[in-house]
Amino acid sequence: LKHYNDETAVVFFEVEILDAKTKDKLCFLDKVRPALHSGTFYPQWYPARQSIRLDPKGKSLKDEDVLQHLPVGTTATFYFRDLGAQISWVTVFLTEYAGPLLIYLMFYFRVPFIYAPKYDFTTSKHWVVHLACMCHSFHYVKRLLETLFVHRFSHGTMPLRNIFKNCTYYWGFAAWMAYYINHPLYTPPIYGEQQVKMALIIFLFCQIGNFSIHIALRNLRPPGSKTRKIPYPTKNPFTWIFLLVSCPNYTYELGSWLGFTLMTQCLPVAFFTLVGFIQMTVWAKGKHRSYLKEFRDYPPLRSPILPFIL
Amino acid sequence: MSAPAMGTSKTAPNDGSHKKKKGPGTLATAYLVIYNVVMTAGWLVIAVGLVRAYLTRGSYHGLYYSIEKPLKFFQTGALLEILHCAVGIVPSSVVLTGFQVLSRVFLTWAVTHSVREVQSEDSVLLFVVAWTITEIIRYSFYTFSLLNHLPYLIKWARYTFFIVLYPMGVTGELLTIYAALPYVQKTGLYSVTLPNKYNFSFDYYTFLILTMVSYIPLFPQLYFHMLRQRKKVLGHMEEYTKVE
Repeated sequence: LKHYNDETAVVFFEVEILDAKTKDKLCFLDKVRPALHSGTFYPQWYPARQSIRLDPKGKSLKDEDVLQHLPVGTTATFYFRDLGAQISWVTVFLTEYAGPLLIYLMFYFRVPFIYAPKYDFTTSKHWVVHLACMCHSFHYVKRLLETLFVHRFSHGTMPLRNIFKNCTYYWGFAAWMAYYINHPLYTPPIYGEQQVKMALIIFLFCQIGNFSIHIALRNLRPPGSKTRKIPYPTKNPFTWIFLLVSCPNYTYELGSWLGFTLMTQCLPVAFFTLVGFIQMTVWAKGKHRSYLKEFRDYPPLRSPILPFIL
Repeated sequence: MSAPAMGTSKTAPNDGSHKKKKGPGTLATAYLVIYNVVMTAGWLVIAVGLVRAYLTRGSYHGLYYSIEKPLKFFQTGALLEILHCAVGIVPSSVVLTGFQVLSRVFLTWAVTHSVREVQSEDSVLLFVVAWTITEIIRYSFYTFSLLNHLPYLIKWARYTFFIVLYPMGVTGELLTIYAALPYVQKTGLYSVTLPNKYNFSFDYYTFLILTMVSYIPLFPQLYFHMLRQRKKVLGHMEEYTKVE
């Protein structure tokens, strides 16, 4: 269907949108300009909930995709899917990180109804407990600040139910760990000062490392953009790990929690580290795979999360 | 809720779905047939053992002891089913299957075996009978399905008996756990207290209570899921002949 206006020959598109599940025709647009962005179609649901795709089972088109550049004829058929209620990534991150920060402090200050009443508002006599509180708090403050000032998110939103799932995980584990570390019957590490000092070095090293990677990843991406590039080592030695690993932010995160486990010698912390490691490995493998798919010249020496191993 | 572990496996070819079933290879099918035949036989042994013991003693009490060993062996053997899902020769969810098998194994070993005093309780007989009938039907269902020759009777039994057996089994399980509570509290079984060098504690008594509480949301969900499955599978009665 070609229409011409007076000055230049512009090819207009026809667009029909079908429901991805029922294949019902939802709407039909004619005289669509080729430069129309795919993110503006269906008015009833706000854009973040809309998933428009070329194939009912395929991936969503991006907001920036332009009609003219998509592999469609002049009559384009798109499939629509309602992604459900959405919430912004920033909101989720702030909520899930603020929780552990505050919850841990409640246990540290031995707020009433947690331990026996005679311990209310007392503090632990072990200096490692104070150090652990500082490290744990520092970790989550760092995460909150990174969420606000460092990270550049690819997606604006995620499904609403994620916030309940994520908060249960973070807040639940924080409470479980904090309960034992700040307990009146807490037992300090077997190898005493040596063990705690070693653990602190590992923890700080990995915190700096993790931060360095976040900065390096941010610098790959100009402000407001969602481009993806291969990350490479920079002048910062903490980023040289990019030579061996695709997702060193996860590697350093694992290291931080191993340090914290060593510092507190607390089995629930070890569990938390293990579960986090499993989840991060799944994410790292996925990220590694998409790097390999997207970039022909991706460095072959790199592993997803652990050099040479995983 | 581990009483009849039904309704989640999709090995039935006549599910009412129109998807093409990919299915396991010939070797895997042969192995699965053997596995399911052996399990059917095992639970039949338990059934026969129960009946014989009842006839010999003349009472319901203490029948657990007469089938203790085969019960432990064949119920524990079901752990293989998690492997089958993980490897992919059975198209069920690893998580769902794992959850069901592990809860059965938990009841067999961590409650009934570990707390000697509950072994003579009648509630044990309640869930053992429920499990036995369920498993005989379930494993023969799988066997016939794999051989592509499923008698309607077996399919009907699988999707009908659970209506009674499931609540019966759940009742037996809950009563047994409840009976174990005082002994666990008294002896501190499987419990760890502070202080210790791992800075960890675990109260098995509280854990058992939480387990009982978890039945409240889980049991109705599973029960209604199976009722829905029943409607889906048996609802097309007019379309199918008696023998597939």
